[in-house]
Amino acid sequence: MALTREQLAQRVAQELQDGYYVNLGIGIPTLVANYIPEGMEVMLQSENGLLGMGQFPTEAEIDADLINAGKQTVTMAKGASIFDSAESFAMIRGGHVDLTVLGAFEVDVNGNIASYMIPGKLIKGMGGAMDLVAGADNIIVTMTHASKHGVSKLLSNCTLPLTGKGCIKRVLTDLAFIEIKNGKFYLLERAPGVSVAEIISLTEGELVVEGDVPEMQL
Amino acid sequence: MAGFDKVVSSYEEAMAGLEDDMTVIAGGFGLCGIPENLIREIQRKGTKGLTVVSNNCGVDDFGLGILLPDRQIKKIIASYVGENAEFERQMMNGELEVELTPQGTLAEKMRAGGAGIPAFFTATGYGTPVAEGKEAREFDGRHYILEPAIKGDFALVKAWKADRYGNLVFRKTARNFNPMAATAGKITVVEVEEIVEPGELDPDHIHTPGIYVNRLILGTFEKRIEQRTVRCDSE
Repeated sequence: MALTREQLAQRVAQELQDGYYVNLGIGIPTLVANYIPEGMEVMLQSENGLLGMGQFPTEAEIDADLINAGKQTVTMAKGASIFDSAESFAMIRGGHVDLTVLGAFEVDVNGNIASYMIPGKLIKGMGGAMDLVAGADNIIVTMTHASKHGVSKLLSNCTLPLTGKGCIKRVLTDLAFIEIKNGKFYLLERAPGVSVAEIISLTEGELVVEGDVPEMQL
Repeated sequence: MAGFDKVVSSYEEAMAGLEDDMTVIAGGFGLCGIPENLIREIQRKGTKGLTVVSNNCGVDDFGLGILLPDRQIKKIIASYVGENAEFERQMMNGELEVELTPQGTLAEKMRAGGAGIPAFFTATGYGTPVAEGKEAREFDGRHYILEPAIKGDFALVKAWKADRYGNLVFRKTARNFNPMAATAGKITVVEVEEIVEPGELDPDHIHTPGIYVNRLILGTFEKRIEQRTVRCDSE
C-alpha cells in the first residue's frame, strides 16, 4: 500500500534528532510536527521570521501579528525568537538549519528539484523554496512517486523549471525512500506491501536496487 | 516637524512627493505587517506606473491588491503572488510585469540596498530561471549568482510602536521585511499603532533606529488574517 500523507510525515519524523532546528514546508511536511517523538526537543523554523513555532492558537489566542510561512495563525513555543526576513534567510542560506523538509513536482538523478512552477498553468512564485534548497545540507523531499496517471516524478532529467540544481540527496515518496548519489537513485526502503518491481516500473530515472530492500517501519 | 521629530499628521502629507513611475518598497509578509493605510493613500492619490517591491501583492480587496484594478502597478518584484485573482489575470494577459525573486534574495536585496552594497553573490537560484542573464561565479567549489541590490524612491513600513524620532519596535512576525524596507527608501514612511516620546523606548529594544525614517504617522489598522487556523482547546 502506498503511504498516506500521515504515514509520510511519520516516516520523516524518524529522521528527527533531539536538538534539531527544522524547517517544514507547506503540505505534508507541516504534518511532521504532529509526530515529533515524545521527549525529543525540536525547534521549528518558519521562514517569515519565527524560530520556535508552536501549535495553532485557540480562538482566544489568535493574533494577526503571529503567523507562519503558510500565512496560518500560530503560537510561539517556549524559547521562541522573532527576527526579520534577512536574518531568517541568513539562518537558512548559512546552513544553520539542521533539517529541511519540502515538497516537489519532480526530482531527478542529479539531485535537481522542480517545485514552484508549471509554465502556462501555475505561476505563483517560489517563496523561500529556492533559498531553502540552496542553503540546507540535510533536505528530505516528500512527494508522490508518480502522477495519478502513473507518470513518474523521479526522472533522469527534470522537465519543469528548476527550484534548485544538484541539491537533493533524499526523497521520500508514497512508495519508497530513496537516496540520490553518483547520478542515480538508490532504493533504501519500500512502503509496506509495495514491491520492488512496482517501484522500478514507476521510476523513470535509473534506480539501483541492492540486495533485499527493507520495508519501512512505521 | 522640527529637529528629529518625524511625525506627520495626515496620510496625504505622509505620501507627499510620490509620483508616477516611481519604485515603492513595501514591508509585510502575506497580509501580516503590511502598511495598509499607506497603500490606501496610494490608491486614493491614483499614482500610476509604479514598480512595487514586496514579498507578496496582497489579496483582491486588501493590501497591495487594491492598486491593481486601476492598473497603478506596472511591475512587481515579489517571491509569491498566488493569493490574488486580479493579479493572475493581469499577469497572464501581460498587463503586469512580474519579476519572481526568491524570498531570501528579496530580503537581502533590500538589506544590501539600504546598506550601500550594490550587489551580492548567492547560491540561491543557481541553475534555475532566476539565474538567467546573471553573472555566475564559483567560490570554494560552489556556484553562486550575482544579485543586484534594490533601492526605492519610497519605502512603506508598518511598525508596532515608535517614538517621535522614528525609532521603531515591531511586533511578532509582523516584523518580516519591514526593517529591511525601512533602510532602502530614499523617503521612508512608517505607520504605527502607538507613538511615544523620545526616551520612553529602551534603546536596547529598538529594532530600527530613527536615522532610516523620514516620516512617521499614527494609524488604525484592520490587520486582516489570511489563514485563520485554530486548534480545539481540549485541555
